[in-house]
Amino acid sequence: MATVAPAASAAIEPLGKARASRLTRERVRYAWLFLAPMLVVLFLVAAWPLGRTMWFGLTDANLSDLAGAQFVGFANFAYLMSDPDWWQAVRNTVTFAVISVTLETILGLGIALAINANLPGKGLMRTAVLIPWAIPTIVSAQMWAWMFNDVFGVINHMLMAIGIISQPVAWTANPDTALWAVIMVDVWKTTPFMALLILAGLQMLPSECYEAAEVDGVHPLKVFWKVTLPLLKPALMVAVIFRILDALRVFDVIYVMTGNNKSTMSMSIYARQQLVDFQDVGYGSAAATMLFFIIAIFTVAYMTLGRVGKED
Amino acid sequence: MRAMFLAGAMGLALSCSAASIASAAEVTIYCGSQSEELRLCREGAEAWAAGSGNTVRVLEAPERSDERYWRYLDRLERRDSSIDVYQIDVIWPSALAGHLLDLTPHVDPATLATHLPAIVANNTVGGELVAMPWFTDVGLLYYRADLLQKHGIPVPATYGDLAAAALRVQRAERAGGMPDLWGFVFQGNAYEGLTCNALEWIDAFGGRLLDEDGNVAINSPEAALALAQAASWVGTIAPPRVTRFVEEDARITFQLGNAVFMRNWPYAWALLNDKDSAVRDKVGVAPLPSGYAGGRRSAVLGGWQLAVSRYSRVQDEAVDLVRYLTSAAEQKRRAIEGSFAPTIAALYEDPEVLAATPFFAELRPTLAGAVARPSSPTGLRYAQVSTLFWEAAHATLSGYGSAQANLGALEDRLRLLQARGGW
Repeated sequence: MATVAPAASAAIEPLGKARASRLTRERVRYAWLFLAPMLVVLFLVAAWPLGRTMWFGLTDANLSDLAGAQFVGFANFAYLMSDPDWWQAVRNTVTFAVISVTLETILGLGIALAINANLPGKGLMRTAVLIPWAIPTIVSAQMWAWMFNDVFGVINHMLMAIGIISQPVAWTANPDTALWAVIMVDVWKTTPFMALLILAGLQMLPSECYEAAEVDGVHPLKVFWKVTLPLLKPALMVAVIFRILDALRVFDVIYVMTGNNKSTMSMSIYARQQLVDFQDVGYGSAAATMLFFIIAIFTVAYMTLGRVGKED
Repeated sequence: MRAMFLAGAMGLALSCSAASIASAAEVTIYCGSQSEELRLCREGAEAWAAGSGNTVRVLEAPERSDERYWRYLDRLERRDSSIDVYQIDVIWPSALAGHLLDLTPHVDPATLATHLPAIVANNTVGGELVAMPWFTDVGLLYYRADLLQKHGIPVPATYGDLAAAALRVQRAERAGGMPDLWGFVFQGNAYEGLTCNALEWIDAFGGRLLDEDGNVAINSPEAALALAQAASWVGTIAPPRVTRFVEEDARITFQLGNAVFMRNWPYAWALLNDKDSAVRDKVGVAPLPSGYAGGRRSAVLGGWQLAVSRYSRVQDEAVDLVRYLTSAAEQKRRAIEGSFAPTIAALYEDPEVLAATPFFAELRPTLAGAVARPSSPTGLRYAQVSTLFWEAAHATLSGYGSAQANLGALEDRLRLLQARGGW
């Protein structure tokens, strides 16, 4: 509560200067009163844990003895910067995020366009496409892990049957293929989500532009590039940023399929391993803080780029 | 047989403190789940329950030791009172001591004196006995006595001899109608078991992970030689899949008759000689080889203890269950039925135990000379040290980087960890 109060008074001040009527002041007061519960909740579930994690990142806290934590300055961050495993985790995460989101956007766009075309059975198709997204990640990741298994996995069986590979491949255990296997599963799972968001955007597009294009006899491909894509851009931007944020903090699909394996370890898995397995709350919190800042940088950069595009 | 143990249980219960039998309680125990382990634990715990008038709930712990550790930690950090007794690894007492009940006042000093002193010392942290020894483990070399005899090969004393013998038998027998035969299986997955295997190889060549002062000593020519040799086995005498083997994968491969040599713990003996086993009465057990002729035969010390949680609400009953399960009678039953190596010295001379598991007669010197993993000097950091170590070993086995390069990188990481207030 105490931290909310200064912000409230700061916001009321300009109104006071403008000599707002008693009624206005009353309304502002009630507005803050009604907002207060939400602000308190936000503070408790977002700001407080984040601040606490950042604070722990500056200490040598241990999971079994949180109270005995000593302030160590930026030592954890310095160590993090020198740890090749952390940088590997950053590389893995960024690779995963960029490739999976790119593929999901392209495939999602294709599927959305197909569903948007007035084909028979449209409703059924829209439902069917959503199935991978509806399955809990834990279940679908485990399902894929079994399908990728080198002994009883159906994928090796099929690839060997059609002669693409001669020996079973341990897709999720082999460092050369593990990240690709994970990306593939994420694309399978999340493309429907992209498709649905893009479909929503497509259905909002004004039909006048298309009618005009039709009258002028513009080639459909040109219509797509010059009409659909520019009009769809705001919806695409939102969908992509959702997915980028989601992909940068990826945990479940990778953890279920490959565990703590270095070749696929994401930043979240790295932080969890330090925090929980190694009980190193200070160091793990430093990693979690870095993860937060990396996501923040990505978001700001993406929003800025998007705005620049709009000004043109 | 069973009735006898029930009678024993009742006798024990009667002789124990009356307080624990005042009212029936439910005691929950986490037991290992490696093949017969769970069944033997459940039988023992239920015999205690029947004798004491309490009930037990037996939970299955994950198969891999490191996964068990993290499961337990999760419970203990939350001060979970729903688990009373934990089966803990020989490497955990110092890391978990803060969560475990001091058993000193609950165990008769005379009883404690019958257990192997090294294990009691391992389980004593800061003067507190945090766990009772239950069974001990040590790395052993299992071999196919019939195949070695057929090819006139003696039991190998060095890893070089082992590789040569494995290759010879593998070649001859594959041509002779056993296409699935491999020379050597061990635990090569990226987990605590690989730490044990790799430490054995490295120690056999004269290398080590930490020196006496706890400083990092892993980046040595001896260690590199040992790991490089192990890496050369994968795909030649060991199946490529060995890099994903845990104890049971190795045991099952060997038990199906598909391996000439196997590195494993004592528990495998009883299963290999089970009535359904393909290799029944064809298996011999020897100490693990050395790196060079006349060198040290290195085996890593394992073993499991029973500990009572500080957060248990039925501590008296839990302590009583621990006393029962670690008693001589129960350890004897487990030694005979499951070849779990006892922690009570006298059982190594027991004729019934030796009849079921003859190699126990020679196990004491191997146990006495066994290599301890550096869990005492590294304490809470052990899990991290071991993880870094098995990752380096696993990368080498899988052909990612040379032994030397991986050990160099491991040394850097361990030094950094140590410098960051590691141990």
